[in-house]
Amino acid sequence: MDAFALLIAATLNAGTVLAIAALGLLVSERSGVVNLGAEGLMLVAAVAGFAAAVHSGSDWVALAAGAGAGALLAALFGLLVIWLNANQYATGLALSLFGAGFSAFAGIRYTQERLPERVQFELPVLGDLPFVGPALFRQHLVVYLAIALAVWLAWWLARSRAGLVLRAVGESPESAHALGYPVRRIRLAAVVAGGALCGIAGAYLSVVYTPLWVEGMVAGRGWIALALTTFATWRPLRVLLGAYLFGGVTMLQFHLQGQGVELPSQWLSMLPYLATIVVLVAISRNAAWVRANMPASLGKPFFPGA
Amino acid sequence: MLMLEARAAPSRGMALASPLLALAVTVAIGVALFALLGKDPLRGLQLFFVEPLKNAYALSELSVKATPLVLIALGLAVCFRSNVWNIGAEGQYIAGALAAGWVALQAGPGSGRSIVVAILAAGVAGGMAWAAIVALLRDRWNASEILVSLMLVYVADLLLAWLVYGPWKDPQGYNFPQTITFAAVTKLPRLAEGLRAHIGVVIALAAVLACWLFLFRSFRGFQLQVGGLAPAAARYAGYSSRGALWTALLLSGGLAGLAGALETAGPLGQLTPYVPAGYGFAAIIVAFVGRLHPVGIVFAGVLMSMFYIGGELAQSRMGLPKSLTGVFQGLLLFALLACDTLIHYRVRVAPPGGGVTSGPAKPVPRWPLGRAR
Repeated sequence: MDAFALLIAATLNAGTVLAIAALGLLVSERSGVVNLGAEGLMLVAAVAGFAAAVHSGSDWVALAAGAGAGALLAALFGLLVIWLNANQYATGLALSLFGAGFSAFAGIRYTQERLPERVQFELPVLGDLPFVGPALFRQHLVVYLAIALAVWLAWWLARSRAGLVLRAVGESPESAHALGYPVRRIRLAAVVAGGALCGIAGAYLSVVYTPLWVEGMVAGRGWIALALTTFATWRPLRVLLGAYLFGGVTMLQFHLQGQGVELPSQWLSMLPYLATIVVLVAISRNAAWVRANMPASLGKPFFPGA
Repeated sequence: MLMLEARAAPSRGMALASPLLALAVTVAIGVALFALLGKDPLRGLQLFFVEPLKNAYALSELSVKATPLVLIALGLAVCFRSNVWNIGAEGQYIAGALAAGWVALQAGPGSGRSIVVAILAAGVAGGMAWAAIVALLRDRWNASEILVSLMLVYVADLLLAWLVYGPWKDPQGYNFPQTITFAAVTKLPRLAEGLRAHIGVVIALAAVLACWLFLFRSFRGFQLQVGGLAPAAARYAGYSSRGALWTALLLSGGLAGLAGALETAGPLGQLTPYVPAGYGFAAIIVAFVGRLHPVGIVFAGVLMSMFYIGGELAQSRMGLPKSLTGVFQGLLLFALLACDTLIHYRVRVAPPGGGVTSGPAKPVPRWPLGRAR
């Protein structure tokens, strides 16, 4: 029973990294910009966050550093795809490749570093409850903030004026432009905000989740987060659910190993990647369902005045 | 204030000048980076751009690196021209290396030199099979080729790890994760005594020619490119988009697999967890820098190899991390994409108060994540 509670706790923790990154990508995609650079962005943010944590000793400074690094790279990406009309896929790939190289280069002196032992996180009273305490209420504050973020985003996109403008820009930039909204600035803001969230996810990974810097440690989470936005058909609460599901798959491999399942560890490590493919196939085959919420201008550049 | 003005037609001159401009930008940033790290920038430039071309040995090393890059990039060029976003060439490369390695492991005392052909053929088949998964899932269930091909890189990597840590591990290898060294009969013929350059160079150059013929002199290649540039026109003309998808993926998978086989039977001579060297990803940059053109890809492949060798030299002689190579590779692609703007637009000084950027120009890329057929 205790092992099960710990599995749930680990699932929440692992899912949080994916959830924050995927929510960031969702904001960006809702404005019509797809950022294939998420993986590289998270890697650079993971180094930035880890370095900040080593020097400052504070998780929050580290997360802010990750957010800053993510926002900066996303701004560069946004400049290229929104103002210079560069191809979004190619530019995103460039960001991923650059991020992989740059993070390895910048992180080399941090590979041996260890962060000081951290305090056990625990919510007062709730954390002491039997079973649900260890399962749900002994997490880093960021885990709960991620849930709040998803709920708030769902409300913001559906009910707030700014959220509706963002969606309008993603659905029909021409109409939004005709109504006088600065389409490109809104897109840039969405891309930068999305990059900052990816950055927070990267920093959370290296500072709280692992906590350690290893070259290439994001290990495809940026790509899985990209897939998650499609799985969730661009709905924040479904993103959250999907992220936990994938967090669970990631944790399952360790759980199965712990249970003495006689499978090579490499096979178990394939699970998240295979699951991504399987779910992607399952979702994509229903084209109408995917299209229902897909921002209509996704991936297409916009030229005001054209 | 500066503004962009659409050109009436894409500039051919800029299309060729853009990679050079991007290289200049990358070098400028590189010089600044060296200075920032307190290293002599001139020495750095020499390591990256002079040393790799210094003598026959250096050129041979350059060709060893350029061969897989060019082969993979050729396939990717066909893919990208067809608007098929195969970014998992690294996985297809590993699959090719695994298949080739399996054949090489079967070599016995009775094997003749013809086994080399079988090894290379197995590599092609392995790469094709890996890419066929992507094509099948995309064709049958509309799953994004970007995400599927990329996820399969991780799967291939783990498959390789499992094999070299498990069933294929050399029993006399002191428990190192590696297969036995392949029998001498499986080794690729070398071009000259004492040099590592092997017949892969010849194969790669032949592939360049074949790719050029396919893209610019065959009807099939034409259909593929029409499908990439104007899907609606291709549909109207009755060109099969499914056929294009399969052709592009199988071709690029086969070429990536061949690159993996050449690497396994050539310089490596055994399978280790270090078979994937990032060539599959670097080849994406090679393809773009080479303007998705077979001849351009040769130049871009050589340039990228210089980055690799320069990075290794910078590590051994200047004490800089080898990952510098990755930084410069990424920077080059970034700079290239920014410079490419100048193909479709020119920079003008805007009159005060007015001026909008305008223009249609570029073919609009489609969104491949779960779009309707």
